Amino acid sequence: MWQGFPIRPEQASTIARGVDHLYYFLTAVDLFFTALIFLTVFYFALRYRRRSEQEKATQVEGNLALEVVWSFIPLAIVVVIFLWGTSLYIRNSRPPEASTEIFVIGKQWMWKLQHPEGPMEINELHVPVGRPIKLTMTSEDVIHNFYVPAFRVQKDVVPGMYSSIWFQATKTGRYHFFCNQYCGTNHAVMGGYVIVMTPDDYEQWLSGGIRGETMVSAGAKLYEQLACITCHGTGKGPPFVDLFGRPVKLSDGTTVLADEAYIRESILYPSAKIVAGYQPIMPTYKGQVTEEQILQLLAYIKSLSSGEGKVTK
Amino acid sequence: MHSSTALAEQFDDLEQQYEASSFGMWVFLATEIMFFGGLFTAYILFRNFYLPAFEAGSRLLDVRIGAFNTAVLLCSSLTMALAVRAAQLGKKGVLITFLLLTLLLGLTFVGVKLALEWRHDYLEGFVPGLNWTFNGPDSRHLELFFCFYFFLTGIHALHMVIGVGILTVLVIMAARGRFSPQRYNAVEVSGLYWHFVDIIWIFLFPLLYLIGGRY
Amino acid sequence: MGTATVEPGIESRVHYLNAGYGIKSWLLTTDHKRIALLYLASITFFFFVGGAAAVLMRLNLITPQGAVFEPATYNKLFSMHGIIMVFLFMIPSIPAVLGNFLVPLMIGARDLAFPRLNLLSWYVFMVGGLFMLYSVIAGGVDTGWTFYTPLSTTYANTNVISAALGVFIAGFSSILTGLNFIVTIHKMRAPGLTWFRLPLFLWAIYSTSVIQILGTPVLAISIVLVALERLIHVGVFDPAVGGDPILFQHLFWFYSHPAVYIMILPSMGVMSELVTAFSKKRIFGYSFIAFSSVAIAAISFLVWGHHMFVAGQSVYAGIVFSALSFAVAIPSAIKVFNWTATLYKGSVSYQAPMLYAIGFIGLFTMGGLTGLFLATLAVDAHVHATYFVVGHFHYIMVGGAVMGYLGGIHYWWPKISGRMYPDGWARLSAAIIFIGFNLTFFPQYMLGYLGMPRRYAVYAPEFQVLNVMSSAGASILGVGYLIPLVYMVWSMRYGPVVGPNPWGAKGLEWQTPSPPPTENFEETPLVTEDAYAYGTEETQVA
Repeated sequence: MWQGFPIRPEQASTIARGVDHLYYFLTAVDLFFTALIFLTVFYFALRYRRRSEQEKATQVEGNLALEVVWSFIPLAIVVVIFLWGTSLYIRNSRPPEASTEIFVIGKQWMWKLQHPEGPMEINELHVPVGRPIKLTMTSEDVIHNFYVPAFRVQKDVVPGMYSSIWFQATKTGRYHFFCNQYCGTNHAVMGGYVIVMTPDDYEQWLSGGIRGETMVSAGAKLYEQLACITCHGTGKGPPFVDLFGRPVKLSDGTTVLADEAYIRESILYPSAKIVAGYQPIMPTYKGQVTEEQILQLLAYIKSLSSGEGKVTK
Repeated sequence: MHSSTALAEQFDDLEQQYEASSFGMWVFLATEIMFFGGLFTAYILFRNFYLPAFEAGSRLLDVRIGAFNTAVLLCSSLTMALAVRAAQLGKKGVLITFLLLTLLLGLTFVGVKLALEWRHDYLEGFVPGLNWTFNGPDSRHLELFFCFYFFLTGIHALHMVIGVGILTVLVIMAARGRFSPQRYNAVEVSGLYWHFVDIIWIFLFPLLYLIGGRY
Repeated sequence: MGTATVEPGIESRVHYLNAGYGIKSWLLTTDHKRIALLYLASITFFFFVGGAAAVLMRLNLITPQGAVFEPATYNKLFSMHGIIMVFLFMIPSIPAVLGNFLVPLMIGARDLAFPRLNLLSWYVFMVGGLFMLYSVIAGGVDTGWTFYTPLSTTYANTNVISAALGVFIAGFSSILTGLNFIVTIHKMRAPGLTWFRLPLFLWAIYSTSVIQILGTPVLAISIVLVALERLIHVGVFDPAVGGDPILFQHLFWFYSHPAVYIMILPSMGVMSELVTAFSKKRIFGYSFIAFSSVAIAAISFLVWGHHMFVAGQSVYAGIVFSALSFAVAIPSAIKVFNWTATLYKGSVSYQAPMLYAIGFIGLFTMGGLTGLFLATLAVDAHVHATYFVVGHFHYIMVGGAVMGYLGGIHYWWPKISGRMYPDGWARLSAAIIFIGFNLTFFPQYMLGYLGMPRRYAVYAPEFQVLNVMSSAGASILGVGYLIPLVYMVWSMRYGPVVGPNPWGAKGLEWQTPSPPPTENFEETPLVTEDAYAYGTEETQVA
């Protein structure tokens, strides 16, 4: 739009234009009916203004046909909006199969963004253009929200659970992201930039800079350091190979899907769900692992699943 | 008829006054249903999340005391209904007797709860925020159970105490001859309240005490 | 007709204002009209406290770095603004002031069903208000009016418990008022006054009361659980100790969504009264408007999840709540069309109440339609928790409900006080308010779509121009609200004395002197015609 007075953020993701089109339609509907009502009211008020105290109005009490018409036309319009908006939303909320997963941890009042290849960023997120990115997020304290206006996407980041969004950037550049759920004193400064780079630049960025180990290898180290291997590697606990993304039978007869939430819960609250055929002997690791470490363990466990069991949230 | 509970100024006749106060009590009870309903919903959800801990908590409650109290409350609803009947029939002595019995049963309920149950819970260290002493793996969820237990039964007990207060007022009014077959609405409306508080307990007792996986 | 001295008539006649002097006759009154004035004084006070917070907020937002306050202070300002405006002004406003005053008058009764309960209701409200004032003086609360957990239970270190208790206590006032109105409207209508002859204001008050009695108790337990958790750290809502923060949101919004209809329905009721009186016409589509009120109340309980589309709710739940949220828009649209049609072939006059009504109809339409944006899942995913939402709800609550409230106050003022306010000043204020309002809040829609989050003490520089516009508008709006305070108080002593029916309007309240005697009517009226029966006979100004 014109530079001086923008009415929308940049369209920097694949879904932005679709959302904007629906927004324009809604704006048109809103302005149309507001104008219609205001102008009609003004017209009537003027045309039928009282000219003398004795003047009598013409009583018109109702008109069923009119009531039906002006009930059904708004109904039709909202049905159209509902269907359009819902289908767009369903399409927009399904991350494509081959998304790169990046992990986000929010805490008062900063963001930690962990690339699976190793680099960890604070308040900044480098991503390649043209590739679908899935953000899996959790909070260490209160509810936050990761919001990128230019991508038209946001989600609450909730302690105790994982939430996720996905986007595919369509042009390089720097785009603001904000915390969008009030979280205390420095809520307003808890943000940063998403930096979209060409794939080559991104590869270069990934390999340069601060070299950490990949999440998978960090997770593998934790698997040994935290002694998970003493049970899960010896048959005392359920094995992790081919676990992620597959159904698990529990001792009470029910079946659950081994997704991120299940694994996180098993680490922190192991007695909540006991796998059929095993004893409830696992100690809790609550207080001994950070959210980052849980994500590293998750990455490791996922890597042990052939064909990478997919779980969409 | 010389009694001074006359027609209140805002009403046209006694029938309107009667209908308004009954309807008013029903509307009030609707709000109470929403109040307790919200708490029940939260309790049921958490029971669903943490079944083992909640069942363990249930088993730690004394079912015998709970059952005794349930019987006490059921009897008190009977005596309350009989009191309303006595008022309908203009039998002042019978009315006062049944009101006093209801009052006594209510006091018994509250007394047993405080002096026996809660005292025992306190001595065992079951009171969250006060002297919680459990430390097992599920202690947090057990604590949550006891939080709901004390909150739910506490709010219920508060309603009972208010009911006892209302009954006391009714006994005094009855002794002063304020009620007659044409004018006993206060007794009937208070009866509605009392029955409602009883029904809440009928839900609380199984939800808290009985579904603890002990059967 | 103006007079600087008091006409003999108004002072020699005994009416509810002079039927007893002294502070006890007011603080121990059971007269619904006096209780209405007690509420009027209280909520006006709270309105200006909450308004002062708003002025300070907009002042701070003139520059991106925050012109005046530290973020910690700003956070307290927006929290107090929200809590005070919602719980201590908007929710009581029309029901407790206009409802209390008019419900018995409009049904031909001498008082409400439970006058002493009514007085208790005001005292309970004041206690709640005192807890809130204590919270302000003791340093404020900074959780936002929504008290989201675990911020409010575990991490905030401000006066959460006293603020929560203030809300809890004030809620009982709301419940008792609603109970009183429901019983009164059911049981105390004058002979001949059937349900479908009731003024639509009463249909609106009735529907509001149903929401009040069913919804408020759920807020009560949610807020008590927050206070309890904060006290003893048990894990109802804090996941670190096994609780569920989303559960709080469900419980909170289960009340707080219907609450917004508590705030708008009574204003819609006022609209029906104003458009008929100021066009001397029967309402167009009476039963459609009546049933719309009931439908809005019913559907309002089914849409709370639209506040939680990005909270971690399932997509399917989101779809259901989205569909129902669209449904609740339809009855409101029906009302707007019917009010507009009422003006057709009417005899329209433009005194201040009508100006407020016209403002309401247009601004409510715009604001209500922005609700469609928020009900649309794909768009809400972008504008949730941004200034778009702030614009939306202020259009409805301020451009809608407050304008309706002011229109009602001006319309019934002669009945309440026996005197007329100066209409020139009133119209000027209405115009200033309209202009100031739009300048304040229209830019906020744009800020929201551009991506400015709400509850931000500082913001990105690219948002500055629109913020400055909004703050400029707020200063104008503030002036607009102060002027009526002056002339209304002035009119109580110096305004021209009026008779029973200065507007020549239909309705039982206009059949009794202004101000009414304590018992409202010398004899219980007998109702023989429908509401708004204009055109059946000459309705002279009397």
